[in-house]
Amino acid sequence: MSTNNIIDPANLVYAKPELMNDADMHYCPGCSHGVVHKLVAEVIDEMGLREKTIGIAPVGCAVFAYNYLDIDWQEAAHGRAPALATAVKRLNPDRMVFTYQGDGDLAAIGTAETIHAANRGENIVIIFINNAIYGMTGGQMAPTTLLNMKTSTTPNGRDVYENGYPLKITDLLAQLQGVCLATRQSVHTAAAVKKAKKMIRKAFENSMENKGTSIVEIVSTCSSGWKMTPAQANDWMVENMFEAYPIGDLKNI
Amino acid sequence: MSEEIFLMKGNEAIAHAAIRYGADGYFGYPITPQSEIMETLMAETPWKTTGMVVLQAESETASINMVYGGAGCGKAVMTSSSSPGMSLMQEGISYLAGAELPCLLVNVMRGGPGLGTIQPSQADYFQTVKGGGHGDYKLITLAPASVQEMVDFVALGFDMSFKYNNPAVILTDGVIGQMMEKVTLPEFKRRRTDDEIREQCPWATLGKPANKKPNVITSLELDPYKMEINNEKFQAKYKQIEEEFVLFEEKNCEDAEYILVAFGSMARICQKTMELAREAGIKVGLIRPITLWPFPTEVISKYASKVAGMLTVEMNAGQMIEDVRLAVEGKTKVEHFGRLGGIVPTPSEVLVALKSKFDL
Repeated sequence: MSTNNIIDPANLVYAKPELMNDADMHYCPGCSHGVVHKLVAEVIDEMGLREKTIGIAPVGCAVFAYNYLDIDWQEAAHGRAPALATAVKRLNPDRMVFTYQGDGDLAAIGTAETIHAANRGENIVIIFINNAIYGMTGGQMAPTTLLNMKTSTTPNGRDVYENGYPLKITDLLAQLQGVCLATRQSVHTAAAVKKAKKMIRKAFENSMENKGTSIVEIVSTCSSGWKMTPAQANDWMVENMFEAYPIGDLKNI
Repeated sequence: MSEEIFLMKGNEAIAHAAIRYGADGYFGYPITPQSEIMETLMAETPWKTTGMVVLQAESETASINMVYGGAGCGKAVMTSSSSPGMSLMQEGISYLAGAELPCLLVNVMRGGPGLGTIQPSQADYFQTVKGGGHGDYKLITLAPASVQEMVDFVALGFDMSFKYNNPAVILTDGVIGQMMEKVTLPEFKRRRTDDEIREQCPWATLGKPANKKPNVITSLELDPYKMEINNEKFQAKYKQIEEEFVLFEEKNCEDAEYILVAFGSMARICQKTMELAREAGIKVGLIRPITLWPFPTEVISKYASKVAGMLTVEMNAGQMIEDVRLAVEGKTKVEHFGRLGGIVPTPSEVLVALKSKFDL
């Protein structure tokens, strides 16, 4: 098949969402961020929310999320995205407001902001990338790091007596009355990507219907931080992460 | 509704002034001695009238970041706190300055350090004027000396913050916050529409119109050469503010042998000290910096070579005195008198200090 045949619209099976621009992504090969960015872009496009959406970027690997999706963005201080989103949504109730946060941002330094925004039932969406490690700063322990998992600050593995337990923050959030959707997904297979997109769309719909806070956790890979190839990272995630962080809805009302 | 006259506390006055200014949002956390600001806003229910959002946040950290979120949308948003709470906000204030966002912050100072006391103090001068957070930045700082100025500086603070895309602070203390005085409240202004905000703040993140590029509110720039250019732009803006927006009040300085320099509530005390001194035959004048940044360097410098000495009177261990000495450039003797830990000095106490410091 020649290149011309491939780009024939009749053969089109996949297209980059219009909302995503052509900026070179800084994410590592095998990182889940790129896929999740694409899903968020697709949902915004399909729901016709491009001119109504304001994204809140975190501190961490996704700090530059604003470089890739052509919507209005605010870049938050570390952990404070839900506080920004609270004000943006309350001051602009007809807009779509989402945060995009990693595990350190959401479940360590930003725990208070996350829990209280969710407990107030702010009509926002929280996209939560859980790869059990601090990617941007070079692979330190995250609140969600698994027991015995090696990181640069737990070189002998995470130890309960030293570091406590992996924080299942989405389980905690699911208990709050302000939360209408708490779901845990992944993007390591085509089927998983499809399901994750469905739940991101549900979250965005909840927000526009003022149903409360929606949290979509994506159990993710960090092949650089985990020091694995992308394929190894996917396998390791399935074998180890899914036990601590089982895929599925924790709350969906 | 036209202008109306009321008797109220300084804290209450801030709340009423914010509603009447057409502020879009207030985000705060209770702390003594300024809790009446949020209490008054909640009692007034402005969300039913002007549409102003009022929210009690889970912490000062959340409050200041809510301010960042609202300010990033070009909305007129504010928070208030007292000294320990302001310390907690310093990270967010640095981000607001770095992202060049307009907003109004109110600090009703109490004594520190640490949990300190709930009594009045002026010990956050350094924190506010010299930059309490990280990085090179400045905050437009207004120091009211009356309940009426609490009202007036809400509008002035918002206006200046939007003019320069920079946070503005009302730096006051428990005396002005808690005391009751007669005030004239301004007429109600309606809140700006989104179209007006887009016009005034083309950078605002209100959702990207189809024909425009996305807006991004951020203080991040990893390229050091670009970050240096950003900083140079900030510094040029600060220089412009220093040239354009200096406020002060001077009284009886023309024939003065000694000048008292004091801001906020201490300027009220010093007004009386000045009267007592003149009754006793000592020619005393008063300079009251109204903007603490930009500092009224020129007027202090002007009188430096004409007087025998200056006394800064502050409810702290000597903070503004550094700016006074920089302005004076050694041309006259500058001394400090202050009470610490929440004690408000009396006018005669200040007079005794003046006599003692200058051997009068």
